Amino acid sequence: MSQKTDAGTPASKGRSELGIAALLGAAGAVVLVDASRIAAPYSQTDVVGPRTMPIIIGALLLVSAAALAINVLRGGRGQAEEGEDVDLTHPADWKTVLPLVGAFVLNILLIDAAGWVISGTLLFWGSVWALGSRHYIRDGLISLGLALATFYGFYFGLGIKLPAGILAGVL
Amino acid sequence: MDVFNLLMQGFATALTPMNLMYACIGVLLGTAVGVLPGIGPAMAIALLLPVTYNLGPTSSMIMFAGVYYGGMYGGSTTSILLNTPGESSTVITAIEGHKMAKAGRAAQALATAAIGSFVAGTIGTALLATLAPFVVKFAVSLGPSSYLSIMVLGLLTVTAVLGSSKVRGFASLGLGLAIGLVGMDPVSGQQRLVFGIPLLSDGIDIVVVAVAIFAVGEALWIAAHLRRNKTETIPVGQPWMGKKDWQRSWKPWLRGTAFGFPFGAMPAGGAEVPTFLSYVTEKKLSKHPEEFGHGAIEGVAGPEAANNASAAGTLTPLLALGLPTNATAGVMLAALMQFGIQPGPLLFENEPLLVWALIASLFIGNTLLLLINLPMAPLWAKLLRIPRPYLYAGILFFATLGAYAVNMQAFDLVLLLVLGALGFAMRRYGLPILPLIIGLILGPRIEGQLRKSLQLSGGDFSGLFNEPVAIVVYILVAVLLALPVFIRLWRKYGPQKPSTLHLEDQVRA
Repeated sequence: MSQKTDAGTPASKGRSELGIAALLGAAGAVVLVDASRIAAPYSQTDVVGPRTMPIIIGALLLVSAAALAINVLRGGRGQAEEGEDVDLTHPADWKTVLPLVGAFVLNILLIDAAGWVISGTLLFWGSVWALGSRHYIRDGLISLGLALATFYGFYFGLGIKLPAGILAGVL
Repeated sequence: MDVFNLLMQGFATALTPMNLMYACIGVLLGTAVGVLPGIGPAMAIALLLPVTYNLGPTSSMIMFAGVYYGGMYGGSTTSILLNTPGESSTVITAIEGHKMAKAGRAAQALATAAIGSFVAGTIGTALLATLAPFVVKFAVSLGPSSYLSIMVLGLLTVTAVLGSSKVRGFASLGLGLAIGLVGMDPVSGQQRLVFGIPLLSDGIDIVVVAVAIFAVGEALWIAAHLRRNKTETIPVGQPWMGKKDWQRSWKPWLRGTAFGFPFGAMPAGGAEVPTFLSYVTEKKLSKHPEEFGHGAIEGVAGPEAANNASAAGTLTPLLALGLPTNATAGVMLAALMQFGIQPGPLLFENEPLLVWALIASLFIGNTLLLLINLPMAPLWAKLLRIPRPYLYAGILFFATLGAYAVNMQAFDLVLLLVLGALGFAMRRYGLPILPLIIGLILGPRIEGQLRKSLQLSGGDFSGLFNEPVAIVVYILVAVLLALPVFIRLWRKYGPQKPSTLHLEDQVRA
């Protein structure tokens, strides 16, 4: 329960965790700068004003950034999260993650123009491929089925109209 | 018997065919996500949030409660059959239950877990129904300064007491609070952290944040470390227990419940500590201490009961005070706010139908869970065979769909990806998720109460300490924060003692 930070996580991470400290510091600075910009005339009904909380939160972020940096420099390491399907004995597999992010970004670009049925199909198919499935045809059919089912399910079941895009007349 | 009448009314609402159907969907989904690796009840509810917009608050909350309880039943099945607990609260079940399964007693382990969960869940829900009105009666008399102190206590305990690293807890809390700032300040109308992006001026939807952190972050994290070698699942038949198993189980069930409920109801109790305590107690009291570590049924019965009772306990501060103490409760609170319902002690007064239908549905859900879990355990275990690419692609697919459906904006998907990347980084570097979510939800409410208290006192800081409850709570906060320092000093300079406090060591021993 006390400061047990390093639980023998494999693949010693060096000091890359300092990046998190930097991120926290940057976030704190942004919050404080944003707060200083707020013009808040003193008012009897709102003594606290809109600046107090941002200043407290920005300070909290800066202090955590400094404390985390000190912790890391002294050898403390965050304990990577474990799970049923998580195998921490091998390092992060970017060859899986990057194509996944690619499929995700493609969906963002296409969803309004091409419509959910097309972008959703590509999202699922791309994700399944990135995660290592190589049953192209079966995966394609499942992807299309899922996208169509959610499109019509949302339309008829929930009254939510997902974008039809270029298939507007067809669906 | 006012409470009794209200509860009966709740049953009348919960037993309408529609609501009963949602309870069924809830417990089925809950058990499924509990069994499936990588998905927990918090993520499942976050993914369901956008879909439930048109359902109305009562039906949605009934379904969510089913997911919450169901997730725990399903989780114990996985930890017994797979020995890789998904959550810290089922670590103990995995230790003893998996040993039982390996020794060919999987059926008994599953049975004592399911029946124990039922007993604990039912007693816990009964305690919730009797205690919550008292808490409410006490809480409605409190002013904003007391609320402020209670919420501060909730935030700090979740951050500082749970989790292994305080620094990382506070870092996560700060991030959550900062995300909560984004948008227009409700009092002064000033824009905060908007950066001139009009889409940000309404703030970041809690649904988007929750889906990003729980679903996208988790899916990406698991994808990066996907276990390629197959884990072995122990085949299992119909769960059942012999007379001797019953004799050895019923006392641990009750004792586990007694540990679990109060810990769950406390701001930082959680389910971890009571399951450890229950395990250690059962080991001490057992007539077969030599069996512990090799598959003792008491070591499954007690901790499982403690786990479920703590879930019921968690709902007490959630419903009576609007104070969430774990991730699932946090997302449920976000759901209530989505429906425009103000959480807090007035909930019982303003929405009696909703609250009592929810409590009644907990009794119903628990019974349904026992019925579907005992005969169908082998079927649930089959879910573990789902091909992982489909599972995690599915999570990303539904996360995208849900986040998009909230506002129909592709911009929300950009936020989803950015915050998902944050969730990934947090998992990589051991920043706990819970403080971020609780900070995001409680931050704006804390700010509101702070302003209200100081407005009432005309800006005088004594307005923060004008109620005895506030003072007592702040003293408690101070003690909680100072305690670890004292313990460290005591260990360093105090007399050497046998390490009776090291629960983990005892468990491993």
